[in-house]
Amino acid sequence: MSYVPHTDSDRTAMLAEIGVKAVGDLFLDVPESVRYPELRLPAPLSEMEILRELRSISEQNADLDHYACFLGAGAYNHFVPSVVGHVVGRSEFYTAYTPYQPEISQGTLQAIFEYQSMVCALTGMDVANASHYDGATSLAEAALMAVSISRGKRRKIIVSPTVHPEYRATLRTYTPGSDLTISNLQYPISNTQFDDDTACLIIQNPNFFGQLLSTDSENGLSGLADAVHEAGALLVVVVDPISLGLFTPPGEYGADIVVGEGQPLGNPLNFGGPYLGIFACREEYMRKMPGRLIGETVDTQGRRGFVLTLSAREQHIRRERATSNICTNQALCALAAGAYLAAMGKSGLRKVAELCYHKAHYAARQIAAIPGFNLVGDRPFFKEFLVRCPRPPGEINEALLERGIIGGYDLGRDYPQLENHMLLCVTEVNTKQEIDRLVEALQEVAP
Amino acid sequence: MKIDKNCRYAETHEWVRVAGDLATTGITDYAQSQLSDVVYVELPRVGDVFDQGEVFATVESVKTAADCYMPLSGEITEVNEKLSTSPELVNEDAFGKGWFIQFTPSDLSELNELMTPEEYQEHVAKEEGGG
Repeated sequence: MSYVPHTDSDRTAMLAEIGVKAVGDLFLDVPESVRYPELRLPAPLSEMEILRELRSISEQNADLDHYACFLGAGAYNHFVPSVVGHVVGRSEFYTAYTPYQPEISQGTLQAIFEYQSMVCALTGMDVANASHYDGATSLAEAALMAVSISRGKRRKIIVSPTVHPEYRATLRTYTPGSDLTISNLQYPISNTQFDDDTACLIIQNPNFFGQLLSTDSENGLSGLADAVHEAGALLVVVVDPISLGLFTPPGEYGADIVVGEGQPLGNPLNFGGPYLGIFACREEYMRKMPGRLIGETVDTQGRRGFVLTLSAREQHIRRERATSNICTNQALCALAAGAYLAAMGKSGLRKVAELCYHKAHYAARQIAAIPGFNLVGDRPFFKEFLVRCPRPPGEINEALLERGIIGGYDLGRDYPQLENHMLLCVTEVNTKQEIDRLVEALQEVAP
Repeated sequence: MKIDKNCRYAETHEWVRVAGDLATTGITDYAQSQLSDVVYVELPRVGDVFDQGEVFATVESVKTAADCYMPLSGEITEVNEKLSTSPELVNEDAFGKGWFIQFTPSDLSELNELMTPEEYQEHVAKEEGGG
């Protein structure tokens, strides 16, 4: 290294201070056999050779240009119009990190402001933040926010078991060391489980199985929201933003905080990330909302401008009492979501949602007709559905992969009672031919 | 710097004035001058009960956000609603129109743990001196 900040005398002084003779002594606890392992690296290659090598490795991936994909379960293969890539790829956006000197980053701030405005329109909420890492972290932050809205007095978080299992696992990583408890929503739902210690109820709609929950006040979500509010608790709803092109936004059935995975909006699957955490809430809870918030204002000459606002909530000012230890955001992914929504428009998003809905229902009908396969559940569903299989999903998926098809999600992994159940996902990108190929392949693999 | 002779003071710069069964609390003139322009005060709800030293409010200025600690244990009977639209009252009149809460103290002997106006003046001088 050309620049090492420690001089030899610095090092001698530091070693003397901790009572060690040489730097190597610091590693004596590492077993000798693995302390300085010999790396058997291949001989160096030229740039041309290494590109060829890396390309051949990457071509071993089953990518979505060559495979038909029916896997969803939280990460969704939707079409991304090419305009999104052009906007996101502009170096003014692409090379910048979070705006630490916000006033000179008006373009970035405006892009995030537009994103926030569209998330509000989509969810029916009053305020949206500049985003979180992904849907799972948004959910965990929402739970902590609900506790904080109760001024820390309510310590119980109730979660529906049909919330994404990985989101629930992420939430659990947030609570050790605190006396917060996480409990499962009990069915049939009785209002007595919401008490004065309940900070919030977290539900997902459509739920992890793709099913839509009724929104009416009798037995549906509005009634549930009333019961939760009656107890002084908050309703947190996890959404698939694409579904909101077609179905009632959570703001209309009583949600207080809405979170979700924003990847379906203009972000490719990216082998699992980076993704985008959507986060929105009602105005009265704005000051308890974690994350960055962009506001619109006017400058001294009355011109429209954008600022980072309410930043006294954030950790660079409030230190350990900040609303969250995560103040960064997924600006580029949020920009992609903003560009996607702007490109699709209200009717375009509705069209995407309708295509998902109709294609998924076509696929479900065809699969249900195959002997040995059964559609499970009688609730309406959006783009995913639950299928009971005649063989373990792992075996079926291997057979599908040989036929160029990425199969569904094996639910036995998370729900022992759903062994031999598969969650299949169909979006607007799946053609009728692909669906028919899937059905044909499933017929072949059924015993 | 103004100091109200009829108040007792907490080290964390809250004042409390007791009259009969009721106590009124806010932040001191020195505290508001350190915060600079107050933009928001998050107040508790009527009926909330706090122990002495518990956080009962948060005051946010253009510079920072600070917690306010209950000078005495008690139950909130009234909050200063005017602060929601006019937070600048805290800067303009910290001991008067900029009050935060009224409450019924549950143990007046806790007053002995608070500073007299003279002691508070010294406390501030020390904080100022110590930087």
